[in-house]
Amino acid sequence: MRHFPGNWIQAREIPLHIRDTHPCEVFGVSISQTGLASTAEAASEPAKPPPRRRLHLAGNALWLTVPALLLLLGVVGYPLLTIVLRSFSEPMWGLQNYVWFFGTPVNLVVLQRTFEVSAWVTLACVICAYPYAYMMTAVGPLLRMLLVLCVLVPFWVSGVVRTMAWVILLQDSGVINSALRWAGFGTVRLIRTQQGVVIGMTQVLLPFMILPLYSVMRGIDLRLVQAARSLGARPSRAFLQVYLPLSLPGVYAGAIIVFILALGFYITPALLGGPRSTMLSTLVQNQVLSLLNWGRGGAMGVVLLVATFILLALAAPLMRQRHRQGARR
Amino acid sequence: MQIHTRIVLGLVCMLVAVWLVAPTLVVIPMSFNENKSLAFPPVGFSWQWYENFLTNPEWSSSFFNSLKVASLVAVVATVLGTLAAFGLDRMRNVTTSGFLRMLLITPMVVPGVVLAIGIYAVYLDTRLVGTLTGFVLAHTILAIPFVLIAVSASLEVFDKRLETAAASCGAGRLTAFRTVTLPLILPGILSGLLFAFVTSFDEIIVALFISNPYLKTLPVQIFTSITRDADPTVAAVGTILFLATSFIIAGGLLLGNRQRKG
Repeated sequence: MRHFPGNWIQAREIPLHIRDTHPCEVFGVSISQTGLASTAEAASEPAKPPPRRRLHLAGNALWLTVPALLLLLGVVGYPLLTIVLRSFSEPMWGLQNYVWFFGTPVNLVVLQRTFEVSAWVTLACVICAYPYAYMMTAVGPLLRMLLVLCVLVPFWVSGVVRTMAWVILLQDSGVINSALRWAGFGTVRLIRTQQGVVIGMTQVLLPFMILPLYSVMRGIDLRLVQAARSLGARPSRAFLQVYLPLSLPGVYAGAIIVFILALGFYITPALLGGPRSTMLSTLVQNQVLSLLNWGRGGAMGVVLLVATFILLALAAPLMRQRHRQGARR
Repeated sequence: MQIHTRIVLGLVCMLVAVWLVAPTLVVIPMSFNENKSLAFPPVGFSWQWYENFLTNPEWSSSFFNSLKVASLVAVVATVLGTLAAFGLDRMRNVTTSGFLRMLLITPMVVPGVVLAIGIYAVYLDTRLVGTLTGFVLAHTILAIPFVLIAVSASLEVFDKRLETAAASCGAGRLTAFRTVTLPLILPGILSGLLFAFVTSFDEIIVALFISNPYLKTLPVQIFTSITRDADPTVAAVGTILFLATSFIIAGGLLLGNRQRKG
């Protein structure tokens, strides 16, 4: 790994959560094993094969990626290009769609709201996931398996069905409101509000926060915390100065995944939200499908796309640096 | 750790766990509701929504469409993704392979709606809206990142000297791949296959745009049913899917355990 730091980091950037749901884990094979299974193994893996063999195979290497790249070009590259072009060219060439987007207060409100909701969801995810992921590293194998199961169960049922369940649970006559009334809090409006959207989205996105966080926490050497304690640090200080900094790469990785996915969320806000909690995705859909205005819809889409990529670009060096630090330690 | 910290931590975890699982589990009782409305807690007991799912052609056809699309996507995405993972792994130039890997993963981060309107625009021009080919193409590109990541992860821990050893024993490159490499990275490929299937089976945003009355996938049918009327058949479908997945995962668990012991 030391020989190919760049490559290793790139492989880890987004995929953290998926690597973690490798079937061996889903099926509980490596759950009982301690330590950072795949990364640790990769780290101790002997040097790559001698250069001659690599050269020998290099001729074929690019080739193998060609089919996937062609498909990518056709089904992602070309469509995105079409959208960008239409945002500038419909109904005529020029910047009018962008002028309209940034000149209409409603759009700016929605844009701001999209970021706001995503930030709330990310914050809620971090707060809920941190103790949960920590617990996953601290308990015995059986309980850990149960906790892993709870994270994976939401994946078993389609997102639409889960959102539907939230609609039923959150409605004014739903269970949550009945419980709140029974406890004397009165009815709290949850459905068709921003709070409802945040509750639903957080539940859908929580696994994407828990899994990377868990994979990082699993690799933290708890003896470091013990060492801090034995040197006289109080538990809170040992946590804040030793454990927390070591777990930050996981927090960053999870937070950026959650934030980016939240920005583009469509189904949950559409079903749980009301007119006052519309997010950008819904506006895009509305422009294209209902108003058939490809130019304006495209411009909104481009704004969303650019925002996503700017965020990714900003976050990448941050994550990379943290990874290196973690690796060095 | 102090005892009260432990208790608070345990309580928080329990709450989070309930929050994660609750929406999945409430669907089960909701599916037995007697009235034609989605409600929790449900009233009475009946099987009628399961019956409706099995007999109503709208539901069964969308279910089989999803099954067809997802199976094709699983195969195509696994082949393309595994090939790409191999190519990237064997590439000499680390910068190039890193860049290509990033490119192939972009479908995961492009906002769903943006990709969906793009694909919709192109499909309208090429008459692929509402066709099996259209669905398979779009879902394959969304599934490839998952395959790529799963296979790359197992290639990362695969000791390439084993291939060299096989070659030195006289195996051709294909034989070495078939008898040495493939069995060792098979878990990664299989998990990629599973992820690809699930990705396609569950995909809704692109599917909403490229569906038409002739070809609809299950998530689209669920979505339209929820927005049109509160038909409890949705809950029945959710329950069936949940049970099916549980059985598959339990089977995999048992199989994995047996393999580990044997």
